[in-house]
Amino acid sequence: MSSSTTHHEVRKIVLVGNPNVGKSVLFNALTGAYTTVSNYPGTSVEVSRGHCDIGGHRCEVLDTPGMYALLPITEEERVARKILLEEDPFVVVHVLDGRNIERMLPMTLQLIEAGLPVMLVVNILDEAERIGMSIDVTLLQEKLGIPVIGAAMARKRGLSEIRAAIDGFDSDHRARFGYSSDLERDILKVALLMHGEYLLDRRALALLLLQKDEEIQERVRMRESGETGAIDKAVNEIVFERRVDLHLRISLERKRICKGLLDGVVTQREGEGPTLAERLSAWTMNPWTGFPLLLVVLYFGLFKFVGGFGAGTIVDLLEGSLFEEIINPWVIGLADRFLTWSWLHELMVGEYGIFTLGVRYAVAIVLPIVGTFFIAFSVIEDTGYFPRLAMLVDRIFKKIGLNGRAVIPMVLGFGCDTMATIVTRTLETVRERVIATVLLALAIPCSAQLGVILGLLSEVPGALVVWSLSLSLVFLVIGFLAARLVPGERAMFYMEIPPLRLPQVRNVLVKTLTRMQWYFLEIFPLFIIASVLLWAGKLTGALDWLVKAMTPAMYALGLPADVAPAFIFGFFRRDFGAAGLYDLQTSGLLNPVQLTVAAVTLTLFVPCVAQFLVMQKERGWKVSIGIFVFVTLLAFSSGWVLNQLLLLTGVLS
Amino acid sequence: MTLSEKAEEILEALWIAIVEDGDNAAHLTTLAVAADDEALQELDRLAYVEVKGERVYLRQEGRADARMAVRRHRLAERLMMDILDLKGITGDERACEFEHLLRLGVDTKLCTLLNHPTTCPHGKPIPPGECCEAARARGETGVVALTELKAGECGEIAYLSTTDSKKMQKLMSMGVLPGNNLRLSRTYPTFIFKVGNSEFAVDDELAREIFVRKI
Repeated sequence: MSSSTTHHEVRKIVLVGNPNVGKSVLFNALTGAYTTVSNYPGTSVEVSRGHCDIGGHRCEVLDTPGMYALLPITEEERVARKILLEEDPFVVVHVLDGRNIERMLPMTLQLIEAGLPVMLVVNILDEAERIGMSIDVTLLQEKLGIPVIGAAMARKRGLSEIRAAIDGFDSDHRARFGYSSDLERDILKVALLMHGEYLLDRRALALLLLQKDEEIQERVRMRESGETGAIDKAVNEIVFERRVDLHLRISLERKRICKGLLDGVVTQREGEGPTLAERLSAWTMNPWTGFPLLLVVLYFGLFKFVGGFGAGTIVDLLEGSLFEEIINPWVIGLADRFLTWSWLHELMVGEYGIFTLGVRYAVAIVLPIVGTFFIAFSVIEDTGYFPRLAMLVDRIFKKIGLNGRAVIPMVLGFGCDTMATIVTRTLETVRERVIATVLLALAIPCSAQLGVILGLLSEVPGALVVWSLSLSLVFLVIGFLAARLVPGERAMFYMEIPPLRLPQVRNVLVKTLTRMQWYFLEIFPLFIIASVLLWAGKLTGALDWLVKAMTPAMYALGLPADVAPAFIFGFFRRDFGAAGLYDLQTSGLLNPVQLTVAAVTLTLFVPCVAQFLVMQKERGWKVSIGIFVFVTLLAFSSGWVLNQLLLLTGVLS
Repeated sequence: MTLSEKAEEILEALWIAIVEDGDNAAHLTTLAVAADDEALQELDRLAYVEVKGERVYLRQEGRADARMAVRRHRLAERLMMDILDLKGITGDERACEFEHLLRLGVDTKLCTLLNHPTTCPHGKPIPPGECCEAARARGETGVVALTELKAGECGEIAYLSTTDSKKMQKLMSMGVLPGNNLRLSRTYPTFIFKVGNSEFAVDDELAREIFVRKI
């Protein structure tokens, strides 16, 4: 653990801290790279790595998911701790929220106790000062015995001090804290039995063992080459002795130490009455005002901005004016002149051509919709609205086997289901993750699909209502059944509610761009591949065969056979399929009932290739294939039922 | 003088039939005793009850003891359910055995420990004892679950009752630690409270496991 400086060519800087304290902002400021920053706990699921030069040394900066304590509970926390267990950091920068220093300081103690080279950044000082707190950083540094820097990263305050402190960091200097003597004696009893080589301090490991940390048990077993009999015995004895209050005791001890540390460091001036933000925050959480506010957010954010502006104005401009009138004729003209082989001509600019289909769909239809969605999402996310929404819908979500926490993956699913499926990791139980994955695959249309479908159905009065009702019904019924059928423990809902903040323009823009970039890199190749496959299918007759094979299913749904390609496209991208319907609609091939049935079935139908691959990665083959089959069957049977119902009742015809 | 266990049970059944169900007397079959039952005769001798034909009347002299017998039974039920976590039939059976031990002030101690509960696990009222009245007169609130607080009230966190150590750690790392003050701002649709300068939302299940002393 010691003398790490000499070993390192590249110095590792690990950023740790509670969720939503500004680790990612610091990461971005240090590296100039960008990770998604948001006003939502648990945004960084994965570890971001970036590089920077500090004082002539090359440094690698690692941004970890938020953790509340060294003892992990959720997946993100496990990821974060793994970094601490396995990497050999030059300095661990603990970032905390100045307003909640009393609550977060115990983790600094844990890091110090683990023998890590810790440095503390007291962040969000501007907001702390606004509520009348003042924190004497110099005094705290003196008391803690490690470098402490006050900062407000969102305003870039304290950045140069942090860089200077990292540069001058003396990793051999370690602070030390003691618990009460009886607890120390027990810790020592276990620590002395450990003889292996460990990166972390044995005292900290012993304490984690006493708290029955399974991952640590596993690691210790490995390091001790299986000889853990004595350790297990000692641990079990102590755990039994202290069975009543071990966890509580440890927390209280830490609290006691922190109280002493903060004595004289923090002074609180009496605050004024509730601010506007606080009042607004209360409104968002009151069901009577919260749900109307939600409707306002949905109407302006999703319907007006994404549906109207993105899917309407921009798509018309790009697709209608730019591609149809200028670019396509030009490209086709070029192709007519130079691509004399008909197969190549078909491949590039034919019906399913790479350019005419792939590029046009990707750039002119999908990109504006996804882009506007991500802007709206980022703005809402940065205000801190989502945790409030989570608490508002918790009761409803409990009925479908999830809890309020799942609101983020669900809302994100309206942007991109693939991204949302990755984010289901933030849910605590396997059961919830599976249910959320099913619902995302089934009933949540992604923005691209949503945009096209909104545009498509808004031409037919009533179709949009039928479509929304059908999807909501399927969502609730399947969720309700899943809640009863999927085994596993029920998770409880608890969440930190961050203060409402005004989003910062730069932050929103950069975040939107990052997400769009991810999305574009992810989908663009698929669009091209889809074009090529469809072209090859058309050329070899495989497409005709598939279309023919699907024809009975189409007829059963009361649809013309021409819709089959849209479903086949649908598997390459959900939105691709919807866009296929769009073409059919414009050429007048579908009546209102058929259009609605096709839209509902397609929305429910199998997720796109990318989502399927992510599902497989996150949930494994068995579950993902199960979901795939289930969703396909359910989509077509729902379509069939809807068709019968619409024909029977005469609605829409 | 102590009553036999059987006599206590007869008194309980009488109290339920007469005071709670509003009958004027209870039939022998309701009490599941014969007219020449020893316990019934014991009560008769004390002038606690009066037997007229098939019906048994509770006399004024027996009311206080009947009330206390019901109280002890329901306190025992609460003990089984809340503290010993015995639910259903087992809990009821154990409560029936246990109630007879709750004499000579043990019921008062238990009642205080349980923070003067007003209803049994089945929702029936527990007749208040002297200790309850005294606590009421002093305005004591004791320690209650977060669910008992009203929006806008403050409390000092007394203890966390969760058996799940993961949950416990989570709560503690959020700053929900004994000795910290919290202020509840909403109770519906979820509980929203502030500890220090942070705000948290928890569902009722978790709120039920956070115990606070009102301030």
